Amino acid sequence: MRVNVTVNGEPRQADDVWEGESLLFLLRERLGLPGSKNACEQGECGSCTVYLDDTPVCSCLVAAGQVQDREVRTVEGLADGDRLDPVQEAFVEAGAVQCGFCTPGLVVAAHDLLDRVPRPSDPEIREALAGNLCRCTGYEKILDAVRLAATRKADPEAASR
Amino acid sequence: MDFLRPDTLAEALALKAQRPDAVPIAGGTDVMVELNFDHRRPAALLDLTRIAELRSWDSAGGNGDGGTVRIGSGVPYTRIIDELGDRLPGLAMASRTVGSPQIRNRGTVGGNLGAASPAGDTHPVLLAGDATVEAASTRGTRLIPATEFYLGVKRHALEPDELITAVHVPVTRAPQQFAKVGTRNAMVIAVCSFAVALHPARQRVGAAVGSAAPTPRRASAAEEFLSAELTSANQWESPKPLLDSVKRRFGELVAEAANPIDDVRGSAAYRKHALSVLARRTLDWAWRDYSEKVT
Repeated sequence: MRVNVTVNGEPRQADDVWEGESLLFLLRERLGLPGSKNACEQGECGSCTVYLDDTPVCSCLVAAGQVQDREVRTVEGLADGDRLDPVQEAFVEAGAVQCGFCTPGLVVAAHDLLDRVPRPSDPEIREALAGNLCRCTGYEKILDAVRLAATRKADPEAASR
Repeated sequence: MDFLRPDTLAEALALKAQRPDAVPIAGGTDVMVELNFDHRRPAALLDLTRIAELRSWDSAGGNGDGGTVRIGSGVPYTRIIDELGDRLPGLAMASRTVGSPQIRNRGTVGGNLGAASPAGDTHPVLLAGDATVEAASTRGTRLIPATEFYLGVKRHALEPDELITAVHVPVTRAPQQFAKVGTRNAMVIAVCSFAVALHPARQRVGAAVGSAAPTPRRASAAEEFLSAELTSANQWESPKPLLDSVKRRFGELVAEAANPIDDVRGSAAYRKHALSVLARRTLDWAWRDYSEKVT
């Protein structure tokens, strides 16, 4: 089947999409967007998290045919040109990235949290990231990164100093 | 495989009548796992996410006791938590324990019912809270009490041409509690789960177990025992702290209602023990809450 979908602001089209295929497969294998990672394929790890119409979802659990006429935003769509999103910058600076496999999913989940809750408490951060597994960092540096991003987003002046 | 994309409920029902082998898909949190792992290869998928009628809820009979909320089968858990937590406390509580934020953004009560897994998180709450499942086909619409919906492991009372269109849940301001056992707070398939609902207007208690029998089921003997105990001691009008012996007996009867198996998540003996603890504990929470409200 053919799927028409807006991805990161651009209208995209894919042909010969298998009816049982996931949005994750569509993004990675047909639309050349390998940022979203494929790991568990059952919604347990969060590595494939993307926005679907502004709501974070596991793209491995969305059927490709379900995104017809809808909008998807992947980790590739967060940066403004060469300028990283504050959440991405904070992950780099806080040492929240080790092997990097879980990072795209965590970045999208954290990005959504800070959109909804600009100054989240630690329990709120833990709850928001509970669906994303990381096997390297032990999560502390990830929490540091989200706190840092929250501070910078609240005070953009501080970010440029 | 065919991918069927109805835009209206009428179209969806017509398609389901023509293609009873089509598997409905909404949030995809169960169906896509089966497809990704090649455990299931249905002849057709019936996408329900374009149907606006299934994505809304409305209430009848007011926002207090006596009212009912009709939740479209496509309303995700996140919205139940955000929008209905005040009047459907048990359902919101169980919804908060589902998966992760990403899963709650997609998963629906309709899907929980359609999958009819004995471990589904919302089933004990629907049973204890006297909910009703709305099923529709081109032949018409019918209401199935939750107590008659679950027939076996992943089997339910729907006919092949029917779709779950909504669940009707009585509104309550009386305490309800839900608890589940798992290895962490998020992303847990229940080892066992339990829901209790106080119904002061009828002087009844609802209680149900999950992940502890081939189907979710009510703990009827425990309900009878506690309801009789509370009524005979005039507890509904002037609540006093519950005796330990009453709480313990309630827990024992809940455990007796279960018929669990040994599996990778836990042993049958552990599940029974844990259920008796969950029952005592949640009853205690609910009763304290009720006592504070009444006095």
